[in-house]
Amino acid sequence: MSVTVAVDVCGVSKIFGAGTEQQVTALNDVSVSIAQNEFFTLLGPSGCGKTTLLRLIAGFEHPTQGSILLEGAEISALPPFQRPVNTVFQNYALFPHMSVSQNIAFGLEMQGRPSDEVADTVHTMLNLVKMEDLKDRRIDQISGGQQQRVALARALAPRPKVLLLDEPLSALDLKLRKEMQLELKRLQHETGITFIFVTHDQEEALTMSDRVAVMRDGEIHQIGSPQDIYNRPNNRFVADFIGESNFLEVQLLSRHGSTAKVKFANGTELDATLPSTDVIAGSITVIVRPEHTRLTADKSAGHLQGVVNDAVYFGTDTHYYLTLDSGEEFVIRQQNQRGDRGKISSGTQVGITINEDSIQVLAG
Amino acid sequence: MAEIGQSGSRASTLIGIGAKAAIEAEKRELKTRWLLVSPAIVIICLAGFLPLTIILFYSFMSPGPYAGVSFEPTFRAWIFLILEEDLFEETLGLNYAHISIFSRSIGLALGTTILTLIIGFPTAYFIATRPIRQRNFWLFMISLPFWSNLLVRTFAIMMFIREQGFVNHVLLYLGVIDKPLSIMFTPTAVWIGLVYAYLPLMVMPLYASMEKLDFRLIEAAYDLYASRWKVLQKVIIPLVKPGIVAGSILVFIPSIGAYVTPKILGGGKSLMLGNLISNQFGTSRDWPMGSALALFLMAMVMVALIIYVRNESRNNPGG
Amino acid sequence: MAELLAKRNRQHFNVRRLPGFTTIATFCLIALYLPLILVVFFSFNADRSVTVFSHFGLNWYEEAARNTFVQNATWLSLKLAFFSTVVATTCATMAGLATTRQKPFRGQSVVYGIINQPLMIPEIVTAVALLTFFGAIKQATQVYGFGYLLTAHIVFCIPFAYMPIRARLQDMDLTLEHAAADLYASPWQAFKRVTLPIMIPGIIAGAMLSFVISFDDVIISMLVAGPGETTLPVWMIGQLRRGLTPQINAVSTVLLAVTFLVVWMVFVLTTRKK
Repeated sequence: MSVTVAVDVCGVSKIFGAGTEQQVTALNDVSVSIAQNEFFTLLGPSGCGKTTLLRLIAGFEHPTQGSILLEGAEISALPPFQRPVNTVFQNYALFPHMSVSQNIAFGLEMQGRPSDEVADTVHTMLNLVKMEDLKDRRIDQISGGQQQRVALARALAPRPKVLLLDEPLSALDLKLRKEMQLELKRLQHETGITFIFVTHDQEEALTMSDRVAVMRDGEIHQIGSPQDIYNRPNNRFVADFIGESNFLEVQLLSRHGSTAKVKFANGTELDATLPSTDVIAGSITVIVRPEHTRLTADKSAGHLQGVVNDAVYFGTDTHYYLTLDSGEEFVIRQQNQRGDRGKISSGTQVGITINEDSIQVLAG
Repeated sequence: MAEIGQSGSRASTLIGIGAKAAIEAEKRELKTRWLLVSPAIVIICLAGFLPLTIILFYSFMSPGPYAGVSFEPTFRAWIFLILEEDLFEETLGLNYAHISIFSRSIGLALGTTILTLIIGFPTAYFIATRPIRQRNFWLFMISLPFWSNLLVRTFAIMMFIREQGFVNHVLLYLGVIDKPLSIMFTPTAVWIGLVYAYLPLMVMPLYASMEKLDFRLIEAAYDLYASRWKVLQKVIIPLVKPGIVAGSILVFIPSIGAYVTPKILGGGKSLMLGNLISNQFGTSRDWPMGSALALFLMAMVMVALIIYVRNESRNNPGG
Repeated sequence: MAELLAKRNRQHFNVRRLPGFTTIATFCLIALYLPLILVVFFSFNADRSVTVFSHFGLNWYEEAARNTFVQNATWLSLKLAFFSTVVATTCATMAGLATTRQKPFRGQSVVYGIINQPLMIPEIVTAVALLTFFGAIKQATQVYGFGYLLTAHIVFCIPFAYMPIRARLQDMDLTLEHAAADLYASPWQAFKRVTLPIMIPGIIAGAMLSFVISFDDVIISMLVAGPGETTLPVWMIGQLRRGLTPQINAVSTVLLAVTFLVVWMVFVLTTRKK
């Protein structure tokens, strides 16, 4: 394997208040390997355990079971100030009694670096996050977006092996968020440091990550590239959490390798992709993304048939909300072309064609 | 990671190197915290609690020849707290001297509480209805006299209410009275002095409660045809009850144990419990009695404190 | 016409206004300050009278300053307040660090009760308890001296120093120490570079409160003091029994000025801009 592992989480469980009545299992036997120089995202709704996992890697909590390896070395017993891992906190946690430069210099000073090296690194960091002009300002004199960049610089200055980011963009407004997303991606490429990013925003995860781990209730449901997660969700939760989905009940007819033949309610038989986990035969659910389908005026020409309830115009595309002849709800997203003759009105009977290779079987 | 060959080493990590480290760290932290807190605790236990147990012990002893105690156990002090021996008939009757002092102390403490409530309530309300930026200023103004020396304040009130003092001057000048009021050295003077001293202690908790008042509730009451008086009675007062209770207790406790105020303003005729206790260690030379009286005072204060704590925890769960 | 009046009444209906309340409040504030203002006013009265102002003079201040009793008493009070503040604030700071911001340890509420114990006992009770306690020790060991009075002051100063320190610590963002640890600061370094600097306003406020409380103490100082250990308030109470001279006004005014400065500084230090 040419890829080196940066962080290895092995069978980690974290139970808060173990043994008491109010014990909470935040993580349940979680294992994941994060490669070096990777932008890895932990994605999931609140309470799924993503922040807990991050804190375990940083050293603010200890795993109840399992171990955490950093470049092959066991670090679960190390206190946070002995781990070459730095965190960008959700509320930034900038030291209010120090200036911007002093904040950035802090980690370097604690490492005992000589003062000229500290000054140089601080200067480099300030340039990296474009904060040179504000280097002597106090923390309460700079804006939220600027504080965020200082927090980043402070965590990057000591050149950690891994940078942990705990929902760092959640306090920013939309435009700033989008800018910072690109910034972070650029920074990760430039510094080559492994980034582990926590967020509940699936769009953010898809745009920035090399790989994403989708979590829920203390467990990882799927790990993969953004394309994998989006096009080939393993189960209903992942499919639902990421993007919009159409869920359809079908019969599993046959399997060959990683594909299967499925039969829809109206008798149409199509090829579908199987998930990486096992699927029980018989009646199963598949998902089709709205943008992988098309409307045809000719009902019989489509794979499925239905009636249009609503057509909503979005400028770039139009969403059609349909009810299939089988009774299920269906959404189609179609890009608006120049030559389009206008919306299809509600009540029209239409046919739906599904693009090849766009049906994914769900595990459960 | 879950390969069969590695199951051995994996088993040992399953016990949790991390978990063990966590327990170690917690133990160390606990030790540090106890260490940090120990000087304060040692000092207060030695010089705060220990002396209390000593006077408890002394209260069961007999008075010594000049001062102090002689170590002959007896219930004498406790009995003579409220009873006294009639020298001729050798019967036990009520110790009216003591009882009058007890009742005066409790009466004055209650009276102070009530009067500070009547004056303090509108004052706290006034501050709570000022614009937010002004409020710190008003709070500062109210609390400043409280932090100044009690003697200075008592002296100031003395100057104010004595026969040649400001109040009499003004009243005579306005023709309201034709000879000066002789308030000094009466329980009324002590009452005024106590109210003056402890008024801020009533205003602060009242303000804290009123600050949290949601005035939309009051608007709703007006909307439903309530008069101003009814709004006060049925909406405002019930909502700030925790503040009323807290303020009352905070005023009652120092009032009942007052020493300086009755001594200066009351003269020899309006003694309170605090003065009585002090006398036992001075001219009366009855240390056991003094100890018993002190413990009696402490018991009353403890009761008031328990009520206070219950009130606080009911209204600030986890606070 | 009636329409106009009704309109005016409607515009002026202030939901917050309760009749008579503002009057009482104003009366209260005036009544609170008037006696003190008079004391200050008459300290500048060249004449002996404390009721009729004749002409301005600083003679009472001079007399008070020259009075050796006042000098000794002031010096003793200052010494006492200084040393008890230093000890009490140190103990309170350590206790504050141990009892705030982390999960409470078993027995912490008991600890909290112990620290606040001096606040809960009436002063006269503490005074007589200490009198008997120290008396017994003095008899047994034949050791006398300043230490007893100092100990007594330290005991009741600790809770007063503790309050603002605890408040400041609880307000402090917990993640700051995590950030310091994350950036390679050992626990001691984190304390020195992050926790302590942010705590300082609270510590100063606590020290100032402790100083004021010690300086102003009457009952305990009176009963526990040995011969020759007359603090300034004890001197004052002696004077009040003997007769009133405007010297007392002068001393009172100085005390009021000091209190004003200290309380103002504590207010400034503890009300942060949020």
